[in-house]
Amino acid sequence: MNALKTPILSAFIIILVASTLGLLTNSYIQLVLLFLFVNSIMGMSLNLINGYTGQFSLGHAGFVAIGAYFTAILTTKLPFPEGILGLPVAILISLGSGLCAGLVGYFVGLPSLRLKGDYLAIVTLGFGEIIRVSLNNITFFGGSIGISSIPSLPELNLGGFIIDKFVISLIFATFWALLCFFVIWRLLKSSHGRGFLSVREDEIAAEAMGINTTQMKVQAFVVSSFFAGIAGSLYAHFTNYVSPASFTFLMSIDAVIMVVLGGMGSMTGCLASAFFITLLPEILRSLKEFTGGVDLRMVIYSLALIFIMILRPQGLFGEKEIFHLWRKNDKTTP
Amino acid sequence: MEEIIQHFINGLSIGSIYSLIALGYTMVYGILQMINFAHSEVYMMGAFFAYYSAKFLNLEKSPSYSTLIIILVITMILCSLLALTIEKFAYRPLRKQPKLNVLITAIGVSLFLQYFAQIIFGADPKVFPNLINNQLLFEVGGVSINTFDVTILGVSLLSMLGLHFLVYHTKMGQGMRAVSHNPAVASILGINVNRTIALTFIAGSSLAGIGSVLVGIKYQKIEPLMGTMIGLKAFVAAVLGGIGSIAGAVVGGLVLGISEVLVVVYGSSQYRDALAFGILIFILLFKPAGIFGKNTIEKV
Repeated sequence: MNALKTPILSAFIIILVASTLGLLTNSYIQLVLLFLFVNSIMGMSLNLINGYTGQFSLGHAGFVAIGAYFTAILTTKLPFPEGILGLPVAILISLGSGLCAGLVGYFVGLPSLRLKGDYLAIVTLGFGEIIRVSLNNITFFGGSIGISSIPSLPELNLGGFIIDKFVISLIFATFWALLCFFVIWRLLKSSHGRGFLSVREDEIAAEAMGINTTQMKVQAFVVSSFFAGIAGSLYAHFTNYVSPASFTFLMSIDAVIMVVLGGMGSMTGCLASAFFITLLPEILRSLKEFTGGVDLRMVIYSLALIFIMILRPQGLFGEKEIFHLWRKNDKTTP
Repeated sequence: MEEIIQHFINGLSIGSIYSLIALGYTMVYGILQMINFAHSEVYMMGAFFAYYSAKFLNLEKSPSYSTLIIILVITMILCSLLALTIEKFAYRPLRKQPKLNVLITAIGVSLFLQYFAQIIFGADPKVFPNLINNQLLFEVGGVSINTFDVTILGVSLLSMLGLHFLVYHTKMGQGMRAVSHNPAVASILGINVNRTIALTFIAGSSLAGIGSVLVGIKYQKIEPLMGTMIGLKAFVAAVLGGIGSIAGAVVGGLVLGISEVLVVVYGSSQYRDALAFGILIFILLFKPAGIFGKNTIEKV
């Protein structure tokens, strides 16, 4: 495992693994693999608000939509460079998508985070719906048809040695997922992170201790929407197509289920449930004919939500991370 | 001028349906301090209860007021049973838990009913049976008033008056008000809190059942996903009026219904659904307590 500590070596390993995966799998499995990363980023970022700061946001799809549309417009209206130049441009565009979503997150968060609990949930839900309705009606964004033929990440030609675009996409997604994980991870260990946790545990007590709770909540909201925008950008590159129908309330619910199922306050738990929730619909796809075309997964999700809330309100992993499982009698965990 | 009055009447009839459903949200919020997301799904199930009971009783071909009343009563009973089941199995185990958990459970119940209904009833829309005949009652100037509008307004007015009587002029209602004020003290004074909460759910879901039959009469199309939008709008109406206030829910529903019709007529029908959320955000930012709500002070 020590080899993973050298960035160049670990990048090489990722390329090797990705190339093997690219050779062994068809494009359907490749897309599912890429979506594991998109959903992981979505889940981890929502965990920052819902899990760690204790605010309930139901409008995450709205921020993902902003990121996806930002990327879609920049890459289709402006020329997207092919070859080696494409990758840094794609990184810049993703960064821009994140910043754009973060900015919107700031303007949504600043007023609405004075609200508590249920009200915040409804306002964020309303915000997500307003974004969807607006995208549906503005012709610049393609209306209900959406924007198609968004360029994928370009393949690289290193002197005759061609790196497949799936491999590039996978590396790109891994990069952002790792960045998201470590930014949130380090943030939570900082004094800001302690501030987030204190807001979740007892807002009034936190306020009395001199923590500016509104500021804390807005910070969490902005960071979370930044990464939601990144997830949207990846979504646009991987599917090559965005439309308002992709960013419905159900996408927000998916993200909420990842957080609740995995544990409100566990990064790795959230990652595990993101994987589970990406794979479940693919596994259940064959069951659709028995139910007359109805998505059976939503019945399973909703029952899972109800039972988890009744039987294990803190989520499957609660405050623990997955690696705490094989560290027995660890007293240092929060 | 006639046009405006005509729109006003349309807005009033859709608004009174919003009010009926908003009352369910407001009553549960008043007593449990939770947003019952599953309320809109109780409403949706009500429409299907009415549809299947009319089919089962062979009443779909005989439109009359007695048919309407029979279907209304059946729907109210079935909706109440459904809401009681939800309360018993999903909300009661969580009564001591943080509000966030109850909220997530409510969303879970709501999603479950939506997709379960799609599997049981099929995802395609169904045509609601003709429970009463629609005919022109009278015409003043250019304003025409027909049976549907009068029935919808009449039934909703009667049910709201019934609720008012229940809450303010009966012993049960006194208990409900006491529990909503302070459940701990109410239980010390000998009020059965669980029974009072159950009664609140019965009253609220009966009104949702009435609302679903009225919507079925007016739009004649029911489907498993019909609850989502109207539920959110009814919730907005409840917040607009001041959540927890019964008069507020009625006024909020009417205001929302009328302003929605005006947006469709003078603006774009596309933005009809965005309007409700716009109003909601506006209200929450500038007067979070709503029109009739009281500001509460948070105690440590």
